Amino acid sequence: MRNIFLFIRRYFNFLFFLLLQGFSIYLIVHYSHYHNAVFSNTANQLTGKVNEQYSKVEYYFRLKKTNDSLVKANERLYNKLKADFELPDTTSKTVLDTIRIDSIEQHRKYNFFSAKVVYNSVAAQNNFIVLGRGSAQQLKEGMGVVDLNNGVIGIITEVSNDYAVVMSLLHKDSRISGKLVKGGETGTLSWDGKTPNMISLTGIPKSAKVSIGDTIISSGFSTSFPKGMMIGIVKEIVPEKSTSNFLIKFKSAADFYNLEYAFAIDNKQTEDINNLLDKVKKKTQ
Amino acid sequence: MSTLVKNILRFTLFILVQIFVLDKIHLHQMVTPYIYFLFILWLPFRMGRTWQMIIAFGLGFAMDSFRHHPGFHTAACVLIAYIRPFLINLLIPQEGADTNYEEPSFKSMGGMLPYLIFTGVLTFIHHGWLFLLEAWQFGNIWYFLIKTLLSTAVSLLLIIITELLFVRKQKFRTNTI
Repeated sequence: MRNIFLFIRRYFNFLFFLLLQGFSIYLIVHYSHYHNAVFSNTANQLTGKVNEQYSKVEYYFRLKKTNDSLVKANERLYNKLKADFELPDTTSKTVLDTIRIDSIEQHRKYNFFSAKVVYNSVAAQNNFIVLGRGSAQQLKEGMGVVDLNNGVIGIITEVSNDYAVVMSLLHKDSRISGKLVKGGETGTLSWDGKTPNMISLTGIPKSAKVSIGDTIISSGFSTSFPKGMMIGIVKEIVPEKSTSNFLIKFKSAADFYNLEYAFAIDNKQTEDINNLLDKVKKKTQ
Repeated sequence: MSTLVKNILRFTLFILVQIFVLDKIHLHQMVTPYIYFLFILWLPFRMGRTWQMIIAFGLGFAMDSFRHHPGFHTAACVLIAYIRPFLINLLIPQEGADTNYEEPSFKSMGGMLPYLIFTGVLTFIHHGWLFLLEAWQFGNIWYFLIKTLLSTAVSLLLIIITELLFVRKQKFRTNTI
């Protein structure tokens, strides 16, 4: 017994070093458990506050760019106005109404919440974005996030009271499904950790007809994004040698270097779908 | 200014500069310079090794909190804090020089070369371990090696510029303490 204590005293520094290293690596590996930890919320609130102060300064210098993208977004919305769609007078006038307006909102599926981007990284291999809006302002885990022009950015993974952390497309664990507009094939997005704004789409069979310049949109199969949100434009098509799939590299629609505002998308039917899926799982077990 | 106050100020400044200046500059995907760990290199000679590691752990954890993926910087910082005392013992010119001055610098390490070796080796180890942990999940050995070398070079350049810009006055103390 005495020898054990002597040993510990002698090599205390080395053992302490091993302990700290072990703890750090534990944190890296068990990241998914980490965000349930108690101190995560506090740390988020603190770093969020600091980031917010900084982004206030940075925001001022980017006003011009923000303005431009708002004008673009406005243009897009104006083009969707009901008043823009009208058939010429024939026997009777018909106004083509594509939007079902119901006043008690029981058919509404998606709700958009605007949020300011408080922190954004592209240089690391696992990138995150922090929004200055949190659970107190209706954001929830699992919501999809798009930029002003409906370009997919990522999915919310953590929420504190006033901030939300978004796992961006530029993260190795990010798995969002994308769809080719032309052929309709669906694949999974992944990032190789190298060039920001260049992401790959895997799982597209070689039988698909793809060409450079094709558009990739969100598939609408997950509950996070509505169908048809822009993901990117195909830049490079590489046939994988070992599988029967293509590896498609594309330029992301969202510019990850310049994010000022973003929309978080709330799917009001998420709970409904998940409950149904749970029921099916229980039955098959 | 007392050592404690000075170090608290440095801690905050290094973190802020790293997060809001260096991380915002995207030089190239292969080059991600870090400078915040200079805080650990500048810790006083006479600080206990356990304390050095605890402080390094705190510094790394503060960095990681901003990155939202804990562990990477913490691991790298603790590693260099552990190795630092060995390196100082190897490089210090004569017996007792580390009691004459307060902390590592050009002057206290006895010239430009020993100090550059000191910072160079620790920068390389810090970057290497950090990028290795990151590359573990991607698994590309060449990418990792080139990134480590290039980033170390740029970080070292930044450290030298910092040393030349902010001259730290080192008082000579007698070794009769």
